[in-house]
Amino acid sequence: MSEPRFSVGQRVQIADRTPPVHHRVPSYAKGHVGVVERVCGMHANPELCIRGDGKPFQRIYRVRIPQTDLWAPYEGTDGDKLEIEIFEHWLELAQ
Amino acid sequence: MTGHDDHDHGRTFQPDHPEPTSDAALVGLALRELLIEGGHYTAEEELAVIAEMQGASPENGGKIVARAWTDPEYKKRLLINGKDSIKELGFDLEPYEFTVMENTDQVHNVIVCTLCSCYPRALLGMSPAWYKSRNYRSRVVREPRAVLSEFGVDLSDDVDVRVHDSTAELRYMVLPQRPAGTDNWSEDDLAALITRDSLIGTQRDLSTK
Amino acid sequence: MNASWGPHDIGGQMAGPIDLSEHDIAHWEWQIDAMVRLALEKGLISDFAELRDGIEQLSADDYDRLSYYERWAKSLAYTLLSKGAITEQELNGKIEAIRARQEAEGLR
Repeated sequence: MSEPRFSVGQRVQIADRTPPVHHRVPSYAKGHVGVVERVCGMHANPELCIRGDGKPFQRIYRVRIPQTDLWAPYEGTDGDKLEIEIFEHWLELAQ
Repeated sequence: MTGHDDHDHGRTFQPDHPEPTSDAALVGLALRELLIEGGHYTAEEELAVIAEMQGASPENGGKIVARAWTDPEYKKRLLINGKDSIKELGFDLEPYEFTVMENTDQVHNVIVCTLCSCYPRALLGMSPAWYKSRNYRSRVVREPRAVLSEFGVDLSDDVDVRVHDSTAELRYMVLPQRPAGTDNWSEDDLAALITRDSLIGTQRDLSTK
Repeated sequence: MNASWGPHDIGGQMAGPIDLSEHDIAHWEWQIDAMVRLALEKGLISDFAELRDGIEQLSADDYDRLSYYERWAKSLAYTLLSKGAITEQELNGKIEAIRARQEAEGLR
């Protein structure tokens, strides 16, 4: 088990890329910044399960993003949030 | 188990579910017969898997919720580590992590899997057709309040919505709020109140009627 | 919003009202479900990621037109054909046999 790179509360950015392999980041979340809500366990990287490259197991984080950052216009409140699971190799510390 | 001869293992269709004739379904039926004939699995193994799948239902999730309502220490453990806590009640969701999101007066949670239709089947049974539909998967992330309102859940602005997109190896369940007036209820009676939709988050209030 | 990268990547798209009706799962659909589970258990596929990948290879038209378990069936066939676990000839032969049987029984 490698040590988690990110910790709860840190601001992280989801990579904006589209590798030509099976991957589990929906387009609507790519490039967005959120806060680490929870550090989860290590899991098989689905990109590797098919035919991509990368480490077989990667840490997963739950990232919380304000709905008003994701969608414009957004019919809701500033308190509404989207929470999504992202593998570590898709995240960088946000500027 | 009734006997099957070598040419009859495919014929287990129930009268109310006629054998499908679409091209894509035929691919599935053909593949199934090839795999059984090739010795990859047996019709008996298939029946056992189907029975196991059919044995799972939202009653499982209801038992977890009722325990959390009646045992505050259990609830704490469940919210921190769902995967291990459900084992105390005899459930298992390996290899997935299990994440329980608590509804409060200020927060309403709703679950989706936009990329396919991930769902904790061992705890909730088969997912409803709408959960797998294009319209639910595409819309609930973008306009959760409008979608919830189609389910009859109208949230005021002082309740925050949290949409959970199940994209990887976590599976989710909502912990609904315990209805008022149930203080002296037994765990079994409480469990019976809990509905599938309340565990997905497309229902907020549970009825005690 | 970024462009969708496959027929499945639909989060945030506009769509109509949600059909709330309940549907029973037909016996053949349980069988497809069991087949995929057993394919994993027996090592014919290594991970459900392979099933998802096969679904994502469908054309956008097929993805929308096919039912849930029809997609599973097409995906598992695609994966097992590309791995060489079955051949195109075997599969087509079996499909023709089932079609002929259904015709003989007046199902089609």
